[in-house]
Amino acid sequence: MLKSSCSATFLLICFLNPFNGKAQDKGNLAQDIGSSIHGNFQLDAQYYEPDSLRGAPQINEKMLSNAFGNLMFNRGKFSAGVRYEAYNNVMQGFDPRYKGQGIVNRFARYQDQLLDITVGNIYEQFGSGLVFRTYYEPGLLYDNSLDGIRVISNPYKGITLKGLVGKQRSFFTVGAGIVRGVDGEININELLDSVIQSKTKFIVGASFASKNQADNNPTYVLPENVGCYGGRINILNEFINIYGEYVYKINDPSADNVSNSGGNTYYSYKNGEAIYLSASVATEGLSLLLQGKRIDNMGFRSDRDATLQNLLINYLPATTRQHTYLMPAFNPYATQPRGEVGGMAELQYKVKKGSLLGGKYGMEITLNASVAHGLKQYNVDDTLTASTLYKTKYEEVGELYYEDIFIEINKKFTKKIKMSFMYSRQFYNRNMVQFGTPNAGFTNIVADMAVIDLTYKYKSSGAIRFEAQGYITSNKKNPNAGSWVTGLIEWNPNGNWFVAVLDQFNFDNPDANLKLHYPLGSFGYTTGAHRISMNVGKQRAGIFCVGGVCRNVPASSGVSLSITSSF
Amino acid sequence: MKRIFTLLLPIFIVISFAFKGEGDKIPAATIKKLDGTKINSNTFSNDGKPIIISFWATWCKPCKKELDAIAEEYEEWQKETGVKLIAVSIDDVRSSAKVSTDVKTKGWKYEVYLDENQDFKRAMNVNNVPHTFLVNGNGEIVWSHNSYIEGDEEKLYENVKKLIKGEALSH
Repeated sequence: MLKSSCSATFLLICFLNPFNGKAQDKGNLAQDIGSSIHGNFQLDAQYYEPDSLRGAPQINEKMLSNAFGNLMFNRGKFSAGVRYEAYNNVMQGFDPRYKGQGIVNRFARYQDQLLDITVGNIYEQFGSGLVFRTYYEPGLLYDNSLDGIRVISNPYKGITLKGLVGKQRSFFTVGAGIVRGVDGEININELLDSVIQSKTKFIVGASFASKNQADNNPTYVLPENVGCYGGRINILNEFINIYGEYVYKINDPSADNVSNSGGNTYYSYKNGEAIYLSASVATEGLSLLLQGKRIDNMGFRSDRDATLQNLLINYLPATTRQHTYLMPAFNPYATQPRGEVGGMAELQYKVKKGSLLGGKYGMEITLNASVAHGLKQYNVDDTLTASTLYKTKYEEVGELYYEDIFIEINKKFTKKIKMSFMYSRQFYNRNMVQFGTPNAGFTNIVADMAVIDLTYKYKSSGAIRFEAQGYITSNKKNPNAGSWVTGLIEWNPNGNWFVAVLDQFNFDNPDANLKLHYPLGSFGYTTGAHRISMNVGKQRAGIFCVGGVCRNVPASSGVSLSITSSF
Repeated sequence: MKRIFTLLLPIFIVISFAFKGEGDKIPAATIKKLDGTKINSNTFSNDGKPIIISFWATWCKPCKKELDAIAEEYEEWQKETGVKLIAVSIDDVRSSAKVSTDVKTKGWKYEVYLDENQDFKRAMNVNNVPHTFLVNGNGEIVWSHNSYIEGDEEKLYENVKKLIKGEALSH
């Protein structure tokens, strides 16, 4: 508490100094450096009405809201910022540990060609994030920023070195463990620019991160320092882009790999490893992207007891298609840190303008296939206090977790009419993907999904858009049971306003009383960087994903308001 | 702490408005070119002509609609005004490999950058994508717009032309 107010005062001093400086030196040199203060706000609030039929619970507070504001100051090589967050109380579907309000993020940073130093809350990523990534996504309340110090240096052309230390944000405080990390990257072409004149670039890097947390466990001897390290290479030119990264983590018994059996709790002392590969070939009008990964016991957090999205040090990207429409995103996939092997292939082709299929504006076709399996585990009987519990083999895959075959076609017919069509067939192992255990009691889902999205631009800044979506499955046992259809009409009478009506209909629910509609009306107004929107109606329970992270949202009924603004 | 914050908040707001006004430079952040080279966003330039900075993502349908719509007119815009469009992708690792395949397949002629951990997005106070900024010939941010609906690209171009003529911009 004290820390927050101190930091606010510190930043205030930072703000006030240049403010005075600018007032005095008006028209002098200070004008050329230029200082600025910018920020943004967001408020989301909802009034909840219970709806027992649709599963929307009674909310005691009746109204819940999430809000934040950022204020950022820049002056030449110096920058600083604060973020205030307020949850009164936190909205449905978010972690209830977000309680109350306060300054949760503040930093000061100096950067020039040689040195870049930040103190305060830091967002950083080493390589693809398998070893270390701190990230902020307000839509999901995902914030694992490192509260500490970071130094980035470019001692020689082509070389970047990073070092950092601190503790991670956990709601309105910081987590138990200390996190330390270093990363080095060499752009070989820049380093040897006098020797190599190649259009193909080679970038190599290596990273190391470790956490320190005291062992207070009476039964087990737990490692107090856990290190994770890896190397990466990126080869790319005008047409190809190949990226590979391998990381290794020493044994790290934690809530991520604990097993419960016969009333006993078993920690796993197995080492972790991850491989991530991505390769693409692309030229104008045609591209192919291949991605693959294998992850084994790679949950890495700065508190061994943390769960859900809390205190993650690393990031394990999912290699499945990220869907943008409502129904295909019904059953979203998330990487399984305990063990997964999977991959994706995507082919994109743009049919040329003027050809028979392409017409006047061309046509875009995307084909995508992705799959994710678990790892096949073999039991290991070693000593109880330092058991690895299982081992895996590279050549074997386990249970199927997810599969998706997808096609999308985009075509503009005339200046006024545009259409998108997509179809997807998915396999979804709900037990493993959402609950991480084969015994969660759900059955696998196989579903076909199709979307037609039609835009009619009837005047220069006025348009009507229609969406028809279908989700067809024979699985009638799960929540959101059976098949669904969705319709949407959106009207933009001019550049500022929008009005939309959405209806999701669970027409195929085996229970006649639950063949329900979920109508939702929304309207909004945008001007410049300010936007206000309102929703009235019913929302289905489901998983909401942004930027690859997902959260469960319960059904709701009522009125919601959202205001975003940046200045 | 609550009381201290309540006291500080109005001061912050007063200061922010004292500084507010058009003409702020592009803040510094490290972003990546599609060839892997890192550059600083405060080095963006276009020989004294306007720059459009558009924040987008491969999973954002309206973003791609906006950039597709501009792509149809882009050659003409460049000829008439010399404007340059810088497309900054906020895709994280999960989808950042898709940025170059999307851009090439679509044949976009923009300058494209990756902002994988969103340093530049935060520095520019972008809440949601698409978010479009207009930068004048002196490298100062003079206009911004959040979200995309059909026809927004025409308004954007009207403002580019007004900027060149020195007229007041409209929202």
